Amino acid sequence: MELTFTDEQEELRKTVRAFFARHATEADVRRLAADDLGHDPAVWRRMGEELGLQGLAVPEEYGGAGFGYVELGIVCEEAGRALLCGPYFASVALGAEALIRAGDDQAARDLLPGISVGTTIATLALTEDEGRWDEAGVRMAATLSGDTWTLTGTKTYVPDGHIADLLLVAARTDTGISLFAVEAEAEAEAGAGAGAGGVTRTLLPALDQTRRQARVDFDGARARLIGREGAAWPVIEGTLATAAILLAAEQVGGASAALDAAVEYAKVRVQYGRAIGSFQGVKHRCADMLTAIESARSAAYGGLWALASGNAAELGVAAALAKVSCSETFTEVAGGNIQVHGAIGFTWEHPAHLYFKRAKSSEVLLGTPAYHRELLAAGLGF
Amino acid sequence: MELDFGSAVADFRDEVRTWLDEHLVGEFAEHRGVGGPTDGEAWDIRLAWDRELASGGWLGIGWPKEYGGRGLGLLEEIVFEYEYARSGAPYRATGNALDLLGPMLVAMGSEAQKQRFLPRILAVEELWGQGFSEPGAGSDLASVRTRAELDGDAWVINGQKVWTTFGMHAHWLYVLARTEPGSRRHKGLSMLLVPTDQPGVEIRPIRSLAGQDEFAEVFFTDARTSVDLVVGEVGQGWRTAMGTLGIERGSTLLPLQLTFEREMDALLRQAREQGALTDPMLRRRILDAWMSVRIMRTTNLRTVAELLGGRTPGAQATTAKLYASTNHQRMGHLAMEIAGAAGQLVQDGYGLDTRQRSFLISLAETIYGGASEIQRNIIGEQVLGLPKDPRPA
Repeated sequence: MELTFTDEQEELRKTVRAFFARHATEADVRRLAADDLGHDPAVWRRMGEELGLQGLAVPEEYGGAGFGYVELGIVCEEAGRALLCGPYFASVALGAEALIRAGDDQAARDLLPGISVGTTIATLALTEDEGRWDEAGVRMAATLSGDTWTLTGTKTYVPDGHIADLLLVAARTDTGISLFAVEAEAEAEAGAGAGAGGVTRTLLPALDQTRRQARVDFDGARARLIGREGAAWPVIEGTLATAAILLAAEQVGGASAALDAAVEYAKVRVQYGRAIGSFQGVKHRCADMLTAIESARSAAYGGLWALASGNAAELGVAAALAKVSCSETFTEVAGGNIQVHGAIGFTWEHPAHLYFKRAKSSEVLLGTPAYHRELLAAGLGF
Repeated sequence: MELDFGSAVADFRDEVRTWLDEHLVGEFAEHRGVGGPTDGEAWDIRLAWDRELASGGWLGIGWPKEYGGRGLGLLEEIVFEYEYARSGAPYRATGNALDLLGPMLVAMGSEAQKQRFLPRILAVEELWGQGFSEPGAGSDLASVRTRAELDGDAWVINGQKVWTTFGMHAHWLYVLARTEPGSRRHKGLSMLLVPTDQPGVEIRPIRSLAGQDEFAEVFFTDARTSVDLVVGEVGQGWRTAMGTLGIERGSTLLPLQLTFEREMDALLRQAREQGALTDPMLRRRILDAWMSVRIMRTTNLRTVAELLGGRTPGAQATTAKLYASTNHQRMGHLAMEIAGAAGQLVQDGYGLDTRQRSFLISLAETIYGGASEIQRNIIGEQVLGLPKDPRPA
């Protein structure tokens, strides 16, 4: 197990950072934040075709590059730093990961290659109106008639659900929670009932305009069972733990960018005849922010190493630790960035609020810190 | 999470483990987990344990062979520290000389100084104290006023030092003194090695708030040391001292971190016994304490892995001290709250239990080795590149 990055991994970081610096500029972020699609399909295509980022950690037999979670974490960290607008997290960390974990070889062969090259955008549709990320939060039922499964009901808070081509949906059957794949363009199964309309995706107006959420209504939508019926919760749980760690890496990237902005400003902004960064009130706050970031970074990287080592027992604990630590740190640092900037940091024109809103929203995505503290307590046997 | 040190050092690791298993017995075993860098608890036993380590050749394993070390690499040193911490062996009483003075002499000492002092440090024959701080120069070492003047073949030293850890046990002191009259700030300072066994040196213990004699103040009145006992160049003492402080900030965290893990285990045991985990307010703080200890471990592993890989450690190596000292204090408060009413009482003679001692001594951790406020300046200026504080010209 590596506890530091290899030269190749550092090279990947450089490449990805340079790509995002060109294609996810502040102007891009603002343009996409105001656009209903919420991402740039041309950039998405290049991420898939030129850089192979979507399939980075997908096994080669399923059309990916077969790298590991550490590489994926590096991409997420850089995407977070750039505040990348797009379905990368949803499609890769949630969609592809759920498929890989489901252990359904045929489904993986059918569905993963498209995700790997970016022609398919996937996501996980788990949460419902209550916004719960636990097992009990899954209420929607799946119906089997003949050998065809159909879904009826509503999923909400679905990351990038408005543009997802492929929805991995958690629903209940007689034997428990199962995972289903639903094509967004799926039509309703014939005879599903009056008014059956298949899948309807509705973009939800969100506080964080840089990561979209949608409501997805299923009305007799045809669904494909992935893996074994009733056995999906461990798959989903593993997916959420992985996603929490990758989100944590993204949060570290976002926090780093926010601190960089604060520090740059503190060097040039003069008040009372001195650069404000020379005042200890500002300098010490920046030092505290860096200390928080480096500690959160340890939690996130520790999670990546736990993922890379494949130690399932360690995964839940590492994921909860990473999610709590990185969520709280990103919010604290993104808020600190606004504080250091003073009044200008409180304006719509300044990018500080984009990070702050991403931070608060990411804190809740996959479950709040309070929820993850309970997962941690359970994992540790408290 | 464990560091995988690889097969190359498996034999060495086994050797360390076996030796510790065989020798950490009796009185030594009873003092598992005792002590800390400024904790004078069970001094005599710890000193005896240091001599036991010396007889096994475990002190200075990274120092050159010609001076009594083993000439091994950083990897072996780290493996040793891990196994040592895992065994729970008492905190080494002579850590100051081993971690700070020794590496300074290896790097900057004269050949004669190395031959004269290093073997005796490793044999625990001569104990050392650090004479850096003064009443008017704590964190601001550049305002050192203790002066030394040449008189024939000797330096004559006058002034006062303070916060000399375990100073009352020291046979020798390494002293930062002003050797150019009228020099200012960090110019004109020199690093002198001074024997304490002479009329011009008076050492008085200072009782800490934990009731222990951990550090001392030292008064020099025409104290003398030989002209050739300057480490590095005359007038370049600031450089020599800064090298030592760099070592101090980096190296002492690894064993400390493992001490914190043991304390966390004890805290959890106690919390379980007393049902504290079912109290939602305490449970939250216990979880946060657990997380902070795990983060300290991973942060150290990151730094170690970078060092072993020949890379320059990242920013975490600088922020780690601030994070560790702050969170360890929080743990101390938490342990006392879990102890509840019983934590108010001590044994006769102000005898503290492990938890009380650690809680009280943790108050020093945000002061020694660079106070937290200084750490924030270092992080702000040296890592983030923020403008320096206005300083007197």
